[in-house]
Amino acid sequence: MNQPMTITLAQKAGPRLSLAVGGLVLAILLALPLLHLLPADSALHVSAYTLTLVGKILCYAIVALALDLVWGYAGLLSLGHGLFFALGGYAMGMYLMRQSAGDGLPAFMSFLAWNELPWYWYGTSSFLWAMCLVVLVPGLLALVFGYFAFRSRIKGVYFSIITQALTFAGMLLFFRNETGFGGNNGFTNFRTILGFDITAQGTRAVLFLCTVALLTGSLYLGFRLARSKFGRVLTALRDAENRLMFCGYDPRGYKLFIWVLSAVLCGLAGALYVPQVGIINPSEMSPTNSIEAAVWVALGGRGTLIGPLLGAGLVNGMKSWFTVAFPEYWLFALGALFIVVTLYLPKGVIGLLRKEKEQ
Amino acid sequence: MPASLPRILMALALLWPLASQAGDANDFVAANPAKQAKLLESWAAQPDPARQPLLDALQQGRVAADSSKTAFIEEAGNFSAAEGEAEPASPPKKLRLNNRLRGLLQTAQASHQLLASEASVRLAAAQQLQKSAKPAQLELLNARVASEQDAAVRDALALALANLQLVDPDPAVRLQAVRLLGETGEPLARTRLEALLDGDSETDAGVRTAAETSLAQVKRRLLVGELLGQAFSGLSLGSILLLAALGLAITFGLLGVINMAHGEMLMLGAYTTYMVQLGFQRLAPEYLALYPLAALPVAFFVTAAIGMALERTVIRHLYGRPLETLLATWGISLILIQLVRVIFGAQNVEVANPEWLSGGLQVLPNLVLPYSRIIIIGFALFVVALTWLLLNKTRLGLNVRAVTQNRNMAACCGVPTGRVDMLAFGLGSGIAGLGGVALSQIGNVGPDLGQSYIIDSFLVVVLGGVGQLAGSVLAAFGLGIANKLLEPQIGAVLGKILILALIILFIQKRPQGLFALKGRVID
Repeated sequence: MNQPMTITLAQKAGPRLSLAVGGLVLAILLALPLLHLLPADSALHVSAYTLTLVGKILCYAIVALALDLVWGYAGLLSLGHGLFFALGGYAMGMYLMRQSAGDGLPAFMSFLAWNELPWYWYGTSSFLWAMCLVVLVPGLLALVFGYFAFRSRIKGVYFSIITQALTFAGMLLFFRNETGFGGNNGFTNFRTILGFDITAQGTRAVLFLCTVALLTGSLYLGFRLARSKFGRVLTALRDAENRLMFCGYDPRGYKLFIWVLSAVLCGLAGALYVPQVGIINPSEMSPTNSIEAAVWVALGGRGTLIGPLLGAGLVNGMKSWFTVAFPEYWLFALGALFIVVTLYLPKGVIGLLRKEKEQ
Repeated sequence: MPASLPRILMALALLWPLASQAGDANDFVAANPAKQAKLLESWAAQPDPARQPLLDALQQGRVAADSSKTAFIEEAGNFSAAEGEAEPASPPKKLRLNNRLRGLLQTAQASHQLLASEASVRLAAAQQLQKSAKPAQLELLNARVASEQDAAVRDALALALANLQLVDPDPAVRLQAVRLLGETGEPLARTRLEALLDGDSETDAGVRTAAETSLAQVKRRLLVGELLGQAFSGLSLGSILLLAALGLAITFGLLGVINMAHGEMLMLGAYTTYMVQLGFQRLAPEYLALYPLAALPVAFFVTAAIGMALERTVIRHLYGRPLETLLATWGISLILIQLVRVIFGAQNVEVANPEWLSGGLQVLPNLVLPYSRIIIIGFALFVVALTWLLLNKTRLGLNVRAVTQNRNMAACCGVPTGRVDMLAFGLGSGIAGLGGVALSQIGNVGPDLGQSYIIDSFLVVVLGGVGQLAGSVLAAFGLGIANKLLEPQIGAVLGKILILALIILFIQKRPQGLFALKGRVID
């Protein structure tokens, strides 16, 4: 009984308390954008900075959830989820760039003296098509990559490193000006979305609500999947793939489905991230970002659905505090976090909370 | 009237030589840049051995002038008059030459060096003149070709002459010159010949056709040089990849974990080299040239010690959980990078090549093989040989191979697997440290040095398979050469992506890599 009081309390209270806490967090998240709409001198007003920061973290939380689906349940540690996130973001960014450019070409193309849009920009002025791209591009890439990777039963560290190489290659590709995505500056200076001013309070509030909705939706989906037979097969796959195959299951389809689903979720998170943060550039694809997402999941507790959300919130909250207070030491803290979590918290923070109950 | 002021000064400057003693040095110092250029051109056309010291001083920036525009030459801080006896009327100011004058000075130097007694100096001068000779030097070159004894220098001079003769009014002379240019593999010859294909600049049809054939010959020679150059840089890249990946292959084969901090071992090896260099500069400057050799054992032991410490404190506790190891070692790499950044600063540190590692071997006119890269290729092969001996001829190697093949069985037979793990991890890290010493000699040394190698070296391991050195060697050189051959065709980035795609397809066929250990273990 030498654990902190709060933890012991949480363990005693059980699922009812968890539900209550969850409901409270959701209520706060729903209230935030409304408070943002209050006049600026009101005591309860939430600044645009806070709203953007929380919105950003919520997008990261969706990525963490998506990563947890493949890592925590199917045992595939992807170090390339940043690629899917950025691809979704870029697809959204294309639409936003077309909006701010009007009938002309996006500004960076004029700098390159290009006279017409490359073919893959065709139709991006339509919001619907851009949304299709947000889903299709990460989804198709994941499908093709996953098909080949799972066919030859690449797993474990091989899979991790190949996905890391994939996102690294993507970053190099997007850094080039000739690729037609703004080179290392990426996309920025967005003005409107669906005709609404992107910096207006109302737009920010709606975008934030969309993020909360997507997060809740994916959480619900995750719960349904985890409790279904499909989820159990995935867990079996993670723990003993060969035995599962001897039982007559073909693991490829299961892996491919969860892998593509996870990539699409990341793409959607990226698409919501870009209009809120106002910039997308190739550094989102850097391997560092993707591997950081893994520590969100590990810290929160993989194989649980709430854990990764908690982890994403904790790490990113810490990051925003550290980079302001002690910018020199953030990398030390992050590095130490990687080591401590893997050595001492194999089940993450959630595992800590549940520990006693299981005994 | 501000515009007239320079003119007055110029007029004064032109008058000054009359007052002081006239001579090349004083003429030059007193002249304005336009006149200086004329002087240099005339010197280039009519070399005079007595002028050599002045040119050397000009080239080294040691010529100065006092307020009376008398030339002085600085010798170890003291100024002495360039001509005659004179004391500086005021503290002399060093002469500064603009880029155009510096180019002309080089040409003038080259014409003077044609008179030098050593054939190698004459050859270098002739090669310089191939690039920069001016029409005024035609007569000089003609005379030198006729009187030159050394065959190699004569050929080089003939080429320099041919360059000038391309604009000769006599078509026969031009034809001769074009044919001669066809014999070289000089990149400049190509541009010169290409200019002749145009009907406006070259009126004689015979010369034009000759230029075409010569051009084709030159292009073929250049292509050979380019291909050889690509193959060499591929080998060089491969040797670096090999040094980076060899240690990784050993630890991955043995423990089944990827050490993401492996790249940082390269970085630490490079920083150790830097420290050793600093130590030599302070304590034994006379042996500074040998510091890379001294850095090798130091870097090996430093990185091996760090590697063993990591294995003992972190990695040991994560056995059987490879994905967690990957994350933990990534954390270690973040800490190491930031640590180096805090201690040494975020900027690159300067690691200088000693004399014997700089320069290169000129194989073809457009192909120079840097000594540093040649030595690194040799060094990589040496490290592979050493590792092979260690793994195949020593007790430790036997144990490492046993644990790689079957950990439990080895443990049952009394192999101390924990100790073997630690030593093998130290060995792998130490090899990376050696790689870091090599990298410090050909690239920038900064905190991010290792980051760029971890993905490539893992691809080597994936391609080569674990447990066999031959696989790593083949994969490293294969990847290096493929990278460098693809680079000029489709660009570096697309080349990398293509190679990644090829590797993914390759694993479809051979999931265990090029060389796999045979076994029947399944989980």
